[in-house]
Amino acid sequence: MEAIKEDVLDVNGYNLHLVPNKKFKTINIVAKFKATLNRETITKRALIPYLLKQGPKNHPSRKELQIQLDNLYGAVLSIDGGKKGENHIISLRLEVANQKFIPNESGILEGAVELFNDVIFHPNTSGQAFQPTIFKREKNTLKQKINSIKDDKMSFANMRLIDEMCDGEPYQLHVHGYEEDLDSMTPEDTYAYYQELLQQDELDIFVLGDFDIEEMKQLITSKIKRDEKQATNHNDNVTEADNNSKEKPQEVIEKQNIQQAKLHIGYRTNITYQDEEYPALQVFNGILGGFPSSKLFINVREKNSLAYYASSKLESHKGLLLVFSGIAPADYQKAREIMELQMSAMKNGEISNSELSETKELIVNQLLETMDHPQGMIELLYQQVIAKKDLKPSELIEKIKAVQVEEVTEVASRIEEDTVYLLTSEGGEPSE
Amino acid sequence: MSRKTYDNINETVYLERLDNGLTVFLLPKPEMSKTYGIFSTNYGSIDQTFVPIGNNEKITVPEGIAHFLEHKLFEKEDRDVFTDFGKQGASANAYTSFTKTAYLFSATNHIEDNVKTLIDFVQDPYFSEQSVEKEKGIIAQEIKMYDDQPDWQSFMGTIKTMFKNHPVNVDIAGTVESINSITKDDLYTCYNTFYHPENMILFIAGNFDPENMMSLVKENQAAKEFEKMNEIVRDFPDEPEQVGMKENKIVMPVSVSKCTVGIKEANKELDRDEFLKRDLLQDMLLNFYFSKSGQFYQELYDDNLIDDSFYFEMNLDRNFGYTLIGGNSDNPDQLANKIKELLMTTNSETIQEEDFERMKKKKIGQLLRSMNSLEFIASKHIHYHTLGIDFFDLIPEIQSLTIDDVNHYLKHWISEEKLAVCKIVAE
Repeated sequence: MEAIKEDVLDVNGYNLHLVPNKKFKTINIVAKFKATLNRETITKRALIPYLLKQGPKNHPSRKELQIQLDNLYGAVLSIDGGKKGENHIISLRLEVANQKFIPNESGILEGAVELFNDVIFHPNTSGQAFQPTIFKREKNTLKQKINSIKDDKMSFANMRLIDEMCDGEPYQLHVHGYEEDLDSMTPEDTYAYYQELLQQDELDIFVLGDFDIEEMKQLITSKIKRDEKQATNHNDNVTEADNNSKEKPQEVIEKQNIQQAKLHIGYRTNITYQDEEYPALQVFNGILGGFPSSKLFINVREKNSLAYYASSKLESHKGLLLVFSGIAPADYQKAREIMELQMSAMKNGEISNSELSETKELIVNQLLETMDHPQGMIELLYQQVIAKKDLKPSELIEKIKAVQVEEVTEVASRIEEDTVYLLTSEGGEPSE
Repeated sequence: MSRKTYDNINETVYLERLDNGLTVFLLPKPEMSKTYGIFSTNYGSIDQTFVPIGNNEKITVPEGIAHFLEHKLFEKEDRDVFTDFGKQGASANAYTSFTKTAYLFSATNHIEDNVKTLIDFVQDPYFSEQSVEKEKGIIAQEIKMYDDQPDWQSFMGTIKTMFKNHPVNVDIAGTVESINSITKDDLYTCYNTFYHPENMILFIAGNFDPENMMSLVKENQAAKEFEKMNEIVRDFPDEPEQVGMKENKIVMPVSVSKCTVGIKEANKELDRDEFLKRDLLQDMLLNFYFSKSGQFYQELYDDNLIDDSFYFEMNLDRNFGYTLIGGNSDNPDQLANKIKELLMTTNSETIQEEDFERMKKKKIGQLLRSMNSLEFIASKHIHYHTLGIDFFDLIPEIQSLTIDDVNHYLKHWISEEKLAVCKIVAE
């Protein structure tokens, strides 16, 4: 297996991360624009990926953009927005076949980098505005997206849990924005905001694949340049995220016409990626609900047949732990009790040596596997940028291997139950 | 053990058919951290009627049994196999499709132990009345979860609309009612017939030494005894070429309506060359017309009938095949009519040389991209091998397709009787 090599350079107004690696048959280029989550800008930021996907000025429709991608041997461009902690990140990813594996081809990579640059820096505008017809159309696309969350019950329940749990915190903001903002947004003000974003967001560009580092550096720096201006007000001046912690856990029950109830429980971990205790928190989550050998799966599913899935996950940069399961509506109290009991067991230190060592090994395995996927490797490297902490994946792995059971119980003692959210069927009250 | 190298993509595959009939593929990838192993039987939800091993009479088993069996193989008399893999730092999983049931692990350590665990747990079933009963509650929740998913309902709904008799029209997990009738004896009957090594493929890809790995598998298999097996007799009803129903409407509480047009691409087994040609050309044509560079996509977009959720997919397998085209839409009727109308024009179209070159480039690039994933390589290898095709030869196969091939195919691709529509609406 090949060790990860990452060269980071501060050039042309961005951080360029070059990650040469022979594992893959493609070259991945990823740009990440980061800014603090903000109610004023969230819907604009949610819309921008849809606008950019409609093609840059020199390929000014979705069709023309796609023809160009097809000509680059079916290159794939994806653009989306996401939340990491209190940040909003717009990611643009271009994956293109490595010309090494295609006989008599040498221009694919250069063409790909040029297209990538055009998509970001030369959008399809009319004057100082996004092209109005496309703008109108894509507002509608985003509106449909916002509405369709209601049809994915797991995502919907998760969103509602965060609404209730993080009321008043930036993290509460919906990643797809808000329908009520759309009417008043114009091609002009959205374009003006995009210009601001291009100059002021923190920008990281990753290039990953089987290439020569000097040649790639030359290629990227000659094609991609940005005119950076330091943010005046809203970047990087958030120090401590404010948490709307509860005195005691709140219970929220909502009803819809559904077959299966979704039970989601939110906890505050009071620990994030930056903290020394983070590796122990990962191990905690693994023992509680990260794997099919974890306490939640064994007890909720295998021992009591209450659910098909029962697991937990971390929001590493915000400090949340979310526990979730899909259950029969009548089993709410019983399932909740069993789920909460697993948390108490963790707090009481009911962790065997084998649980600890196996979970550590599973987490290490998971991290190594993530690095066998190009996007996974980039996401893992980007964690450090978000957390502003230099902790290489290999160092994280070493720290996980070193976690002791006392550290896990110490982490457990800091975790607080915040909100229990139940989305259940309309017929009858949940049984007591 | 035979060894085959593919210079164009820089891969080497080792293959051996063992004495007991098991097919073993090894793909060493020393630059990867992990190893991925998949043990797959040529048995899925459609194999409901068959002659059990050692019998002469065909039987029909309850819907959803292949999937139920998949769940139950993980449970042994004294333990859960997930725990065994967990102890060895591996993550394990399994899935059941229309035509396959597959068990898999990935690990970065204890590779040989994990391979043994994979083979041994699949080849050592333990079913009891009690554990079968216990599983019914878990699978019922899995079925309920799918009942609430409009995308899944739309997928299965379209298949049911197209296929009148073929058991591809049955939900893979069955129904709460059908799974409640499953007994431990049913499980053993299916297991003994379909989990014979003759009917199975083991594929291991990743960071290991191929010679040592093959010896390990051979030793493991030599120590076990299996009944002699003749070819499995499976029974499928006659399926007409035309769709079962032209239209189907499913009412469920959705906030955005959905509409899917299905093309019934195959209703019986195809010979190898015909299969391969259809498999490649169909996907290339769908991409040509309906991907974002496509003329049809553009028309649907301009008519304001589709949004970001628009998709198309195709699947050609043992003795059935279909294409699905659709997505969310405020006007499901208009969308269905427009897609059908566009498809009906293809008979008189001709693909130009320049466009065909672009179609081939795109397909080759897609394949190279998918080869970053060990999981994808392994499952596709198994899929194509079962149908007599070498997955790693697909790139040269694509390069050898001609403009006449595609235009000939296009002329006969669509006819109205092969089109079906399924809508999901709130009402």
